[in-house]
Amino acid sequence: MAPPRSFLWSRRIFLTLLTGFVLVPVYVMVSSSLKPLADVTGKFRWLPTELTVRPYIDIWSTVPLGRYFVNSLIVAGAATVCSVVIAVFSAYAVSRYTFRGKRVFTVTVLSTQMFPGILFLLPLFLIYVNIGNATGIALFGSRGGLILTYLTFSLPFSIWMLIGYFDSVPRDLDEAAMVDGCGPLGALFRVVVPAAVPGIVAVAVYAFMTAWGEVLFASVMTNDTTRTLAVGLQGYSTLNDVYWNQIMAASLVVSVPVVAGFLLLQRYLVAGLTAGAVK
Amino acid sequence: MTATAPAAEAAVRKSSPGAARGPRRRPGRIRRIGLPYLLLLPALLLELLVHLVPMVIGIVMSFKELTQFYIRDWGTAPWAALDNYKVSVDFDAPVGEALLHSFLVTIAFTLLSVGLCWLIGTAAAICLQDTFRGRGLLRALFLVPYALPVYTAVITWVFMFQHDNGLVNHVLHDQLGLTDKPSFWLIGDNSFVALLTVSVWKGWPFAFLIVMAGLQNIPRELYEAAALDGAGMLQQIRRITLPSLRPVNQVLVLVLFLWTFNDFNTPYVLFGKTAPEAADLISVHIYQASFVTWNFGTGSAMSVLLLLFLLVVTGAYLVLTSRGRRAPHA
Repeated sequence: MAPPRSFLWSRRIFLTLLTGFVLVPVYVMVSSSLKPLADVTGKFRWLPTELTVRPYIDIWSTVPLGRYFVNSLIVAGAATVCSVVIAVFSAYAVSRYTFRGKRVFTVTVLSTQMFPGILFLLPLFLIYVNIGNATGIALFGSRGGLILTYLTFSLPFSIWMLIGYFDSVPRDLDEAAMVDGCGPLGALFRVVVPAAVPGIVAVAVYAFMTAWGEVLFASVMTNDTTRTLAVGLQGYSTLNDVYWNQIMAASLVVSVPVVAGFLLLQRYLVAGLTAGAVK
Repeated sequence: MTATAPAAEAAVRKSSPGAARGPRRRPGRIRRIGLPYLLLLPALLLELLVHLVPMVIGIVMSFKELTQFYIRDWGTAPWAALDNYKVSVDFDAPVGEALLHSFLVTIAFTLLSVGLCWLIGTAAAICLQDTFRGRGLLRALFLVPYALPVYTAVITWVFMFQHDNGLVNHVLHDQLGLTDKPSFWLIGDNSFVALLTVSVWKGWPFAFLIVMAGLQNIPRELYEAAALDGAGMLQQIRRITLPSLRPVNQVLVLVLFLWTFNDFNTPYVLFGKTAPEAADLISVHIYQASFVTWNFGTGSAMSVLLLLFLLVVTGAYLVLTSRGRRAPHA
């Protein structure tokens, strides 16, 4: 059955407008990153007067972008790995066992989702400083402190999504595995985890993106050597000049890995959301 | 052994042929009871360190007169009893008045942003439900704003909103002649529009993603049956698509609401530490009260008030939607 003509036309118009809305900033980012400085400080132009890759060379020396990149990669990568592993264990426990305090746990996990990040900023700062004073472990200003912070922000969402996902893996499967001689952990790793790969990938993508894009904690809890991209990009605005072409070039360099990864894995994300969050 | 074990075993045996191969290994009682807690332990410890303990400290701080002088050793700060709360809710005095204003701005902003994100996301998902040429490309394209790191996306918008060299003024003033002179977008009343635009641009793909996932669960036969009965496109959307999406939408709207309401990154990158009055979202407002005017006690009291509000709203929402779910239709 073909949809009516009027629907086809309104769909065409709507999708065109929406594509424009989505694409214009992306176009501005790309085109401005290829313009000479004079071109971005003057009146806006849709087309560059001359194309140059100079901004892509200069971004690495105006600010230590390479170092920020490595910092972000370490922080986001570690937070993702830890968050996925911990979420898998917790979600398995919640999905497969009944135990005292289960409801309290799930409600707590769910409700930490609704807390504004600002609520934790100062107390965490104080805790990290206190731990540092008491034990000599420098959490404040270190990558470790930031990893710890980030992984707990993605943890509630990850657990929540994985519970839904694990619930959709038939219980018979891991019970059969246990009958065949697997322990509970064997059943988890041989049956449940492989069956839940889309959900786990979705959770990992989400955790990585959250950590890669976080601004608040990164700006308060890092120092010169541990600064991440989120904060580092501010370095392109100096007292005299704002290097818009370099900002756009750096933004693109920073965005391409996550956007590419996301688009490659979005199939899994949709599948994960269907089974998890959407339930 | 519990009394239900044989029944469970029978059920397993019935459903899986492998069960006949050997006797079921039963873990010891202690292991069975202890295991779930063991599995939860890492998550519990981390939640405790990064969420629960800070929350308790935050609540304690809200009862203290905590200024920059006491921050090194915050335990020694004098008790303020309810003073911080009184200041925060005294809507005739400057601090309370500003907080109330910021709260109302945040509510208006959140409702508009969530509404628009949902509307655009749902419309786009419905438009991409059928297969047609270029559908995959559009789908990928629409996810780009969501995939971009917040700060790079917002910085690009900052550039576009620049007074002298921005695209927005160039298009509205120079090219279309809609305004008498170039407007300011990041200060003054326009800043609300600017913030809303960026928030919707960044947020609608999430709604799109979730609704798209929800649409996949609607059986095609429903549409075919409806078409046979003579239901038009719009009627099918109203009678089949939207009702089937209801459970999905309930989760989606709640998540969008909480994320938008608590959003800090977007206004912070767009405006900096102090937002213009018209776009003074509550997160930035509390940040400013704490870290710019150095009154951590008042900032904490505001955070606790905000938290109470979110608890009430979320609780009410969950009760309402679960009641809806129990209704005969849903």
